[in-house]
Amino acid sequence: MAEQQADRRPTVIADDLHIVYRVNGAKSGKGSATAALSRILRRGEERGVRKVHAVRGVSFVAYRGEAIGLIGSNGSGKSTLLRAIAGLLPAESGKVYTDGQPSLLGVNAALMNDLTGERNVILGGLAMGMTREQVKARYQEIVDFSGINEKGDFITLPMRTYSSGMAARLRFSIAAAKDHDVLMIDEALATGDRKFQKRSEARIRELRKEAGTVFLVSHNNKSIRDTCNRVLWLERGELRMDGPTDEVLKEYEKFTGK
Amino acid sequence: MSETTHDGQVAVTAPPSPDEGLTAAELAAKYGLSVSGARPTLVEYVRQLWDRRHFILAFSRAKLTAQYSQAKLGQLWQVATPLLNALVYFFIFGLLLGARKGIPHDIYVPFLVTGVFVFTFTQSSVLAGVRAISGNLGLVRALHFPRASLPISFALQQLQQLLYSMIVLVLIMVAFGSYPSLSWLLVVPALTLQFVFNTGLALIFARMGSKTPDLAQLMPFVLRTWLYASGVMFSIPAMLADKDVPGWLTEALQWNPAAVYMDLIRFALIDGYGSSYLPPHVWLFAVGWAVVIGAVGFVYFWKAEERYGRG
Repeated sequence: MAEQQADRRPTVIADDLHIVYRVNGAKSGKGSATAALSRILRRGEERGVRKVHAVRGVSFVAYRGEAIGLIGSNGSGKSTLLRAIAGLLPAESGKVYTDGQPSLLGVNAALMNDLTGERNVILGGLAMGMTREQVKARYQEIVDFSGINEKGDFITLPMRTYSSGMAARLRFSIAAAKDHDVLMIDEALATGDRKFQKRSEARIRELRKEAGTVFLVSHNNKSIRDTCNRVLWLERGELRMDGPTDEVLKEYEKFTGK
Repeated sequence: MSETTHDGQVAVTAPPSPDEGLTAAELAAKYGLSVSGARPTLVEYVRQLWDRRHFILAFSRAKLTAQYSQAKLGQLWQVATPLLNALVYFFIFGLLLGARKGIPHDIYVPFLVTGVFVFTFTQSSVLAGVRAISGNLGLVRALHFPRASLPISFALQQLQQLLYSMIVLVLIMVAFGSYPSLSWLLVVPALTLQFVFNTGLALIFARMGSKTPDLAQLMPFVLRTWLYASGVMFSIPAMLADKDVPGWLTEALQWNPAAVYMDLIRFALIDGYGSSYLPPHVWLFAVGWAVVIGAVGFVYFWKAEERYGRG
């Protein structure tokens, strides 16, 4: 992807970004009612709230045409950073500037298990910000891609009757139906059977080509190496390394190998 | 941040560019980047919501359908639930407690059932509003949409629920001798105003509930107090007539929004419930409550738009 370096148009700028989660009722080990009461009675700032500092001062500039991998051990703040870039999690301090609207690939949260697959396709499409006409135009494509109807008319059944593989396929198909400026993909895309995996990998490659900038969170070093030309390595919420894929992965493998 | 800093890395992958040395904010300004997750202006916010109108409607209908999808009787419960509710209230307040003082015998059942349905509309809008954000954090943290879509959608769901209840209500009206007439059309403006009022309340409580989820535990008690103070199962003036209370208190109680909307819909539907039962300036109050609470709720909710994802 070296040819894209000529056009150095920034699409995402993170400037000393901090993200803090606040968890209610997790302050002390005791979860009893009396413990909660004494916490309320005790004076002090934000009683009974525990803070989790998930991202600590991350800064970087992403350019058009880059495919950026995010790596790091579990709980290092990768997914949190993605959400902050998408503007879905408010920053404690620092800022994220973006060109257009970055979007996460995924609609799981908008779907309802008690509704038919058919209605979920429409609901999911609308939730992602597609117009009614766009959803209608893409409807057949989504259903065909998911392959839900290969074994009979399953799309008119409630989603709770689907096997976990089928549900995951439908979810992916809905999510992948929209084009994005800045696309963010959070690991665990390998769902469904082998055939569907191949199909979804191809679709992601397509989406990547259309998108200006891609972020990919994954624990699979091979898929990072295959798709990304730059890697950000997060550890304990801090940016530990930022550079070309090979260099960072080499260090990362040395680090995890120990 | 140990081995390599960000700036050093850029220098490795690219030749020095004219952007070198710019701060993040200057760089963003130069290329027209905007702050991610910033709150739009009020006008822009309204426009975004309008763009999402199909989502709001689809979401409310989906929630409504999903509610009874596991039950054997299915969507029949949309009508059966309000009917059973009305029966319980009639049994307790109509037969056991005899709260029908001041209401002619033949209109008590329509009076009670209308009150229950109309109050339930406001009550469930508030309860759904409290959980609109805090109960849908997954959705808020995964997708972009103006967050007001959620409380509005929940209020809309309750409106559709009420329309189902209206089927029961029409049957009861006819059974007790109030037949369809021109005055029934007054239900439309009354319900529209109540819907705006409810949406405003849902927006206010959605913001408060997102900050303090404990409200979900507290609100049922507040709402029940409101229910008993609003004259759902009795007539406020008749109940206070023989008590030693000043007249302005009686009127103040009748001007409370829940009482206003209940009285208007009773007035519209029930033949024997004439204007003598209504407090003065009742339509003025109906409009006033809707406009004030609707506008305040919307602005109040919008003010915290960028903060809703935080747990």
